[in-house]
Amino acid sequence: MEYGLDLEYSFNEFLKGFGLSSEIAHIIWLPLPMLLVLVAAVVGVLVTVWLERKISAAAQQRIGPEYAGALGVLQPIADGLKLLVKEDIIPAKADGILFTAGPILVLVPVILSWLIVPFGQNLLISNVGIGIFLWIALSSIQPIGLLMSGYASNNKYSLLGGLRAAAQSISYEIPLALSVLAIVLMTNSLSTIDIVNQQSGAGILSWNIWRQPVGFIVFWICALAECERLPFDLPEAEEELVAGYQTEYAGMKFALFYLGSYINLILSALLVSILYLGGWGFPIPVELIAKFLNLPINAPFIQVFTASIGIVMTVLKAYLLVFIAILLRWTTPRVRIDQLLDLGWKFLLPISLANLLITAGLKLAFPQFFGG
Amino acid sequence: MSIAITTQIICFTILSLVILIGALGVVLLESIVYSAFLLGGVFMSVAGLYLLLNASFVAAAQVLVYVGAVNVLIIFAIMLVNKKEDLKPINDIKSRRIISTSICLTLLSLLIRVDLTNVWSLSSPLNSIGEESTIRIGEHLFSDYLLPFEVASVLLLMAMIGAIVLARRDVMSQDISTGLPVDQELIEKSSEPLLTNKN
Repeated sequence: MEYGLDLEYSFNEFLKGFGLSSEIAHIIWLPLPMLLVLVAAVVGVLVTVWLERKISAAAQQRIGPEYAGALGVLQPIADGLKLLVKEDIIPAKADGILFTAGPILVLVPVILSWLIVPFGQNLLISNVGIGIFLWIALSSIQPIGLLMSGYASNNKYSLLGGLRAAAQSISYEIPLALSVLAIVLMTNSLSTIDIVNQQSGAGILSWNIWRQPVGFIVFWICALAECERLPFDLPEAEEELVAGYQTEYAGMKFALFYLGSYINLILSALLVSILYLGGWGFPIPVELIAKFLNLPINAPFIQVFTASIGIVMTVLKAYLLVFIAILLRWTTPRVRIDQLLDLGWKFLLPISLANLLITAGLKLAFPQFFGG
Repeated sequence: MSIAITTQIICFTILSLVILIGALGVVLLESIVYSAFLLGGVFMSVAGLYLLLNASFVAAAQVLVYVGAVNVLIIFAIMLVNKKEDLKPINDIKSRRIISTSICLTLLSLLIRVDLTNVWSLSSPLNSIGEESTIRIGEHLFSDYLLPFEVASVLLLMAMIGAIVLARRDVMSQDISTGLPVDQELIEKSSEPLLTNKN
């Protein structure tokens, strides 16, 4: 599968045309995809916040934001500006250094994880060999930031929220990693590119969701729990803990938490679509359409078309999942802490273990369907 | 000197400085919470060194196991039992300091000796495996390193059984710390109301 646009190569060739060395060209290239993905993530957050407000309003038979821009589309920007100019308060008895470092530690790993999200064959920041494993490792850093901010706030609610967040994210990480492992087993690779390519054989029929239905559900539940979305938002349960570890935060530091949680939600949705819903693949393989229309697959305009379809499909699938997550948030009650831990340890963990075992068995029994 | 090598040297210097200063902080700081968080920073920088050595799988595993599991559990334990009381003064502090310094210096000299005698350089740079390391680690774990791998899992099982015995209160009829009869309904419930003996 060595086709598709390679923007990096063309960009470097373009710069070399001006007489720059390949190293300088590489250095000029490096920040571009990072900036692009950062901008994409922030715009994604704005869209998600707007969706959340509108969909929750619809679920509760309200209108929601309406006056800021058409249909209230500028509302998230207004929210962001408000948080930006608010006074930055550090409580008098809080631990200033840890209080500031906490939100940063929560946000940075989430943004770093976008390194491995592919929007097309060559449309990702870095095709690192460890791929999806990098995301699992990075997401395990987050609880430290949560514990840090919970502790530094010097507030019982914050500390309890931080402890709950850490306990929750530790216990849901295990079934999450096990269901990813089943996919990796079928792909023979940790790279997200290989995972998508392995699903691209027969369009929608070869997506992993048909081969891993149990894994898909386990992964989605765990991803919601990792994002601390309702029904799993115990760390910030407002009736019990005010706002959990965020209680003492205001202004930009609170905005970092807010941004982090929404970027994490979009990231999880993107990863579900990459792992189970064929990533950038169109439901009908693009090569098939091109062959049907008698078009050469390597022609430049077909490549541009394929790449844009890829980006659109990835974003579309991700936002479909975000939509489901938002609907879930506004229609389900919160689980209790003992129900949460029971679900994680007594239900999801055994199920994902069994899923891994069955996947390994099926892979050996039917290598043509489950990857050889 | 090419740009790639310069970048590597800069990264290596920063990472080593963070490791050295962070490790000193872990040992020397009075606040145990700061020590625990700094320990996480040291683990992260060690992962960074692995990345510089092209061992990305080992780096990610370092982050997952040491930062995500070990360090989080350390911080968790500190926060559950943190009482914020001053450390008791130790009477023979001087002799203890002398003993610990001499032990550390002996260890240091041993490590320096190891550094000087061992041949570190690879026979050729092409021998490094880079991205293939995941596969090679897997092969080794299931062939010549199978026994250590399985023994480690027995160790984890022992730790887990111990934790379950401590956490499940119906194993013992009275609480270990307070000696009161155990309320076996809700694990999360505190054994005595929080606010009664305050004020």
